Amino acid sequence: MNALIIGCGRVGSAVAKALAGEGWNVTCVDEDEEALSRLGSWKGGFVVGHGMETDILDEAGAGEAHAAVVATDGDNSNLVVGQILQRRYGIGCVIVRVLDPARADFYAKLGLRTVCPTQTAISTVTEAVIACQPADLERAQV
Amino acid sequence: MYIVIAGGGKVGANIARSLIAMQHEVTIIEQRRDRFLQLEGEFGHAAMLGDATEIAVLERAGIARPPDLVLAVTGDDEDNLIISQIAKEGYGVQKAIARVNDPRNQQHFDLLGITQTVCATSGLLGLVEHEVPEHGLVRLLELRREGLEVVEVQVDADSPAAGKRVAGLALPEGSRLVSVMRNGVAEIAVGETVIRPGDQVVAILKPGAEDKLRRALVG
Repeated sequence: MNALIIGCGRVGSAVAKALAGEGWNVTCVDEDEEALSRLGSWKGGFVVGHGMETDILDEAGAGEAHAAVVATDGDNSNLVVGQILQRRYGIGCVIVRVLDPARADFYAKLGLRTVCPTQTAISTVTEAVIACQPADLERAQV
Repeated sequence: MYIVIAGGGKVGANIARSLIAMQHEVTIIEQRRDRFLQLEGEFGHAAMLGDATEIAVLERAGIARPPDLVLAVTGDDEDNLIISQIAKEGYGVQKAIARVNDPRNQQHFDLLGITQTVCATSGLLGLVEHEVPEHGLVRLLELRREGLEVVEVQVDADSPAAGKRVAGLALPEGSRLVSVMRNGVAEIAVGETVIRPGDQVVAILKPGAEDKLRRALVG
């Protein structure tokens, strides 16, 4: 199976390595060629460029990809590139990282698989506070 | 009309000024504080500070009313696309016009259903082509939603159309001559109009008929 990763930062590079470890054929796209260093000894593909450019997406093999992850640092870029991969290239499994919970929710309703780390952090932190036991909530003498 | 303008740079600010002068109700959203302060100085409460791609900001600007028109004219194509999509698909805004900064992104606006776009670069390029007659067909206007375009072509002495009546031309299906410009004077083209060398002919046609029309008029 072929996977395309747009945005090779902390999230993108780690996902790329994990998928490659699972036997996927992975190609990464990033504007900065230094991003390649995050991948370590990388045997997959790497294309320098912006995901809005269809030449770059063609070169990265969007036409043959079975799954794509869009995780650049711009929410709006991610949302646009995700929709391009879905509609223009017909990739069924497109996962888009969106930091703004409201936009993540809005585009999820429009049929995009959005993942919102901010929402995950909000839920996890809130749960952690609520999970504190009465003993934890007692104030210590300082 | 109630109009929301996203982006308070030169384009947005000038449109806001004109629309306010035409007695329309306007909200102009700008995320850079220095620009916002300038806009606030001129437009008062019509100016709003915020990122127009944030749903909460659009809601404060009254996107849920919904506005009669949303203009997405920031300097970022991604942002203009997202603003137009949220307005149309999230809030039922009937009319959203988006600015395309990089003409290569036009295809993305088309793909995502943002049919009304304005691209200054493409417009300028059209004007340049207009000044270079050997290009053959010059596109004057594209009516995307209607599926029509208006083109202009210069007829020369050796063109097949030279010396012929409009009614006698073998024009392709889905095309029609609109006017003939001769010595700076335009005339509506009718069946009896005779095309002369040097004439500038304006035609309306369905996209795809360009090559056939070019062959019929100028060879």
